[in-house]
Amino acid sequence: MTATVQQAVLTSEWTKARTLRSTTWPLLLTVVASVGLSVAFGLYLRGSFDRMPVADQRGFNTAEFAVGSVVYGQILLVAFGVLVVCSEYSGGTIRTSLAAVPRRGTFYSAKVLVGTALALVVSAVTVAGAYLAAHVALGSRSGPLLGPDESRILVGSTLYLTLICAFSIGVATMLRSAALSLGTLIPFFFVVSNILGHVPVVREIGQYLPDQAGHQIMVATPRPDSPLGPWTGLLVMAAWAVVALGGGYVLLTRRDA
Amino acid sequence: MIEIRDLSKRYGSVVAVDGLNFDVLPGRVTGFLGPNGAGKSTTMRMIMGLDRPSTGSARIDGKPYRRLRDPLRRVGALLEAGAAHGGRTAYHHLLWLAQSNRIGRRRVREVIELVGLDSVADKPVGEFSLGMSQRLGIAGALLGDPDALLFDEPVNGLDPEGIHWIRTLMRGLAAEGRSVFVSSHLMSEMALTADHLVVIGRGRLLADTGMAEFVQRDASSYTRIRTPEPERMRQVLDAAGIQVRTGADGALEARGPRQRTIGELAAVNGLIVDELSPQAASLEEAFMRLTAEAVEYHAGDLPEGGRR
Repeated sequence: MTATVQQAVLTSEWTKARTLRSTTWPLLLTVVASVGLSVAFGLYLRGSFDRMPVADQRGFNTAEFAVGSVVYGQILLVAFGVLVVCSEYSGGTIRTSLAAVPRRGTFYSAKVLVGTALALVVSAVTVAGAYLAAHVALGSRSGPLLGPDESRILVGSTLYLTLICAFSIGVATMLRSAALSLGTLIPFFFVVSNILGHVPVVREIGQYLPDQAGHQIMVATPRPDSPLGPWTGLLVMAAWAVVALGGGYVLLTRRDA
Repeated sequence: MIEIRDLSKRYGSVVAVDGLNFDVLPGRVTGFLGPNGAGKSTTMRMIMGLDRPSTGSARIDGKPYRRLRDPLRRVGALLEAGAAHGGRTAYHHLLWLAQSNRIGRRRVREVIELVGLDSVADKPVGEFSLGMSQRLGIAGALLGDPDALLFDEPVNGLDPEGIHWIRTLMRGLAAEGRSVFVSSHLMSEMALTADHLVVIGRGRLLADTGMAEFVQRDASSYTRIRTPEPERMRQVLDAAGIQVRTGADGALEARGPRQRTIGELAAVNGLIVDELSPQAASLEEAFMRLTAEAVEYHAGDLPEGGRR
């Protein structure tokens, strides 16, 4: 028992995350839903591939296609990020937590680290699973297993999902309420951001929104009219996550529990 | 030992805790008494580093709580029933709590047994009764075998058996030399548990005194006398300089616990005495009198609309 304080708090946060259904289920469902959708879309496309325009057939990329299903799974990672934080605010757990770990920076960094690490592992499994599933489902239609584009898309998507989760952890720490956090994040990612990212007038700004910026790394041919490339886009997204997490830190350390 | 110095907490223009000074010493149960809304919970949260004081400090063995290493080994607290997520089992709740302060799994099993939750340790806390949640919170407080213990209204919602159990536990912890600090809004509860009293009202310190002194100083103890000749008895007592009044049922009530003196006077003067009994001070009365001005609203004296 010579664990340092940091290790002890990390172990404790890991126990918290794995002993609640509201945190384990979203992770499990992320994998199941994404791989399932990838299989379903793959099987559908297998039958209708030849009817696609020739240009689309030529530009087709299985990794991009698989990751398209994963994007639907991100809603569950958002839920995980929110619930891993907001479960603290259920039943007064936060007061027990902060009495046990009064240094809030230590507490918060352990929570963020455990949440993000879990999201990273689950994202990697999800992306790999969805990709392999799409390969199998598409049969002879799928291209090379690991070309340069494929590697970028797969690695990039894993990081994209992880950053979405980290961003959600930061936002949830600021807002504290699960309903409020989910009610803000989900419409934002699925509606507002899409509108801002595609309506010409506001697109200039919209493309810097976290998911829009991050999206560049998930496609075989990134949007050429965007000032952001695949990796710069991911960097912008990382900046968003850092800002959200920083906001969470500032509020958590200033607030009374 | 817990030292409170000039401790204040303001929420906007409302002063919840106002310049408190007192110590919680080892080896005794210190009762923290005050009407609801007097600032007891806020004070306890400041001791635990959960709320930041507006001014002043609360220190545990000379250090602010936030500076303690593995604080659960120094201070254990029951701040509200359980304060645990309803979806987690009691065992898992105590496990993460133990891990955060480098306390072994064996101790988790020990405290579960100690508070009598063995049979429900693997049930989600959400299914617990209030009494079971209190026990879980106490298990968490005892986890680190700390020298100081804080209990915020521990008997709330407990059945008589549970109340008796907590009282015995707190007395036992103090007897082992620990500092036990327990809040309540019920004087009668404190009378049975505490050795020392800290009384607050509207955030201000009203008394910091031993239980016995509190009783003597603030309670109206008297001696009840029944005699076939109350008028003669009154004259005798008046002559001896003892203040007497007539009680509601016609019995005489002499100020102070003086049955011995009165008995002797009666014997000397050949008076028949049917009853001569010291009346235990009503702590509840003493407490009510002490806090009367500090209570925010009296029953039947509701605040006028919109004014505060």
